[in-house]
Amino acid sequence: MARIRLEGVTKVFGAVVAVDDLTLTIEDGEFFALLGPSGCGKTTTLRMVAGLERPTRGRIFIGERDVTDLPPQARDIAMVFQDYALYPHMTIMENIGYPLKVRRYARSEIHRRVREVAEVLQIADLLDRRPGQLSGGQQQRAAVARALVYPPQAFLFDEPLSNLDAKLRLEARSFLKHLQKSLGITTIYVTHDQAEAMALADRIGVMDRGRLLQVGSPIEIYRRPRNTFVATFIGSPPMNLLRCRFQQAEAVLVLGDGQALALGERAEALRRAFRDGEPLWLGIRPEHLALAEGPGPTHLAARVYAVEPLGVETLVTVQVDAERIALRLSVDEPPVLREQVWVRVPMERALFFREGGELAL
Amino acid sequence: MTQRRPILSMPVGLLFLLPAMVFVAVFLVFPSLWVLWISLTNQTLTGEAALRPRFVGLANFRALFDFENWMVRGYFGNALRNSVLFVIGSALIGQAGLGLAIAWAFYRRRGIWRELIYTLAILAWIIPDVVVAFMWVAYLDRDQGTLNAILSALGMGRVDWLIEQPLLSIIIFNTWRGAAFSMLLFSSALATLPPSYLEAAAVAGARPWQAFRDIILPSIRSHIITDLVLITLWTFNTFTPYLITAGGPTFRSEVVSIYTFRIAFQHFEFGRGAAVAVVMMLINLALALVYLSTLRREARAR
Repeated sequence: MARIRLEGVTKVFGAVVAVDDLTLTIEDGEFFALLGPSGCGKTTTLRMVAGLERPTRGRIFIGERDVTDLPPQARDIAMVFQDYALYPHMTIMENIGYPLKVRRYARSEIHRRVREVAEVLQIADLLDRRPGQLSGGQQQRAAVARALVYPPQAFLFDEPLSNLDAKLRLEARSFLKHLQKSLGITTIYVTHDQAEAMALADRIGVMDRGRLLQVGSPIEIYRRPRNTFVATFIGSPPMNLLRCRFQQAEAVLVLGDGQALALGERAEALRRAFRDGEPLWLGIRPEHLALAEGPGPTHLAARVYAVEPLGVETLVTVQVDAERIALRLSVDEPPVLREQVWVRVPMERALFFREGGELAL
Repeated sequence: MTQRRPILSMPVGLLFLLPAMVFVAVFLVFPSLWVLWISLTNQTLTGEAALRPRFVGLANFRALFDFENWMVRGYFGNALRNSVLFVIGSALIGQAGLGLAIAWAFYRRRGIWRELIYTLAILAWIIPDVVVAFMWVAYLDRDQGTLNAILSALGMGRVDWLIEQPLLSIIIFNTWRGAAFSMLLFSSALATLPPSYLEAAAVAGARPWQAFRDIILPSIRSHIITDLVLITLWTFNTFTPYLITAGGPTFRSEVVSIYTFRIAFQHFEFGRGAAVAVVMMLINLALALVYLSTLRREARAR
């Protein structure tokens, strides 16, 4: 078990900078999720930690050891691949026992340890089968078992749940979290699914175009995204962003269609952060919005665009001018399509981003 | 399996098959049976036996397997021994081994070296037999040969390769000649493996040779079997060594195909030649059956 440290790690493929000057420390025993859209460099980062790619620049440490120049075999890590990489010509027993076999463990010892891990993962009755005879969820467990059988310094997961169907994915998710917490092995988990990252990780690193945009606990990242990219990447539906203009004299934000929102107590802070007339983004989570009975200083006139009942709550999309806003409502009688409604924007919950995207307030 | 409706009715289907069946019958089945018949006679090109060949039963086969002088040079046992060495040396070890080594060395690599080696190997494979044979004779010649020129320039003695090491010469020749096929087959087999196979092995702690032995070889097993059987058959039947050593000197590099040719078309003993041909057919058939049953077992195991 060990801390993992990346110092100024850069990876260049030809003319493409896949990972750009990434510095990051993952604490001992931590469950760390690397989150980002496809092509953001998260998998490349993971592969560099594994030793499957060589950084163009920068150093990587596992524990106190500089592993930058070490091959994967010498890094003492375990990795679960997206396609599981179970070998079709081996039984599940042989697959799981492979890390022990290459280390020349005795046959009986291999069998004992494999059986032990298989018990934990509830696949002990499948050991004589071949991977092709297992379901997706069972294959995933076998791949995890192979990673577990020789206790590593760190676990690396490359989108391990993306090949499972929705129901299995939820099951496997809580299982992985439980497992990681009970073993306490440092874990890096790569995913493009924000819900997965939120649910699993102690901390999340959000990446885009090779850069690490923000690192923080799921709640931090959810509550105070550092920029509009993170704001719109996290959450389902993501944070609403309204383009508006700050009018200092009236202490209001003016939207594209001329509607004004009173800033109330936050006017003072905005006055310090923004110039008069400066364009900005108002960010507000769907669950913080509510419907109002009529007009008011922080109410927006909108028209209902779509209503999606989800059971616990109802997802309502309304249109304000050209922009669409999502609301998560837990009301018994949701509005109907094309109805004219009033949306209350609680200013104390709102975030304010600069035109360029970075968070100001 | 769902029962599929045939596109054509049975008689129409047979009609479409007829031309192919006629060709197979006229050019394959009939000659084979004809050879089988001749092998039971004492037919020759000239003399009385040419006009009125007599049925001699299995006498030709008995002569082939006459164990008194079986291993004497110029006899069948010697040719069979040479063939076995030739097949093991040039096909199994040479072509398959070299082909696999090259394919593995350039696995998931690109660049000028790969292009160069692949091009050279394929060139060696596609040049016509006669040209290739001439090149090798020129290369190995005692006085004017390229190899000896290189060796003597390095201060080593000249060797008369074709006289002193005739069997080794044709083994090396045939390895060079045919490695490209195995190389191409193996490199396309390797290309079908997911990259994560080797990566998972590396992360699991396997050294490259362990991963090769435990992961790569078993994964391309059926390709290896296919390759081995094909090149075994081809090498067993190839006649090109005749163009280099003519089976000599004193039958030291005479393989079965050359032996057959000598008996049938130089000594004109058609009966005995046909008997050797029948034995060759049986050996080929046995190899093909081993191949088919192994592949079928592979398919069932998956």
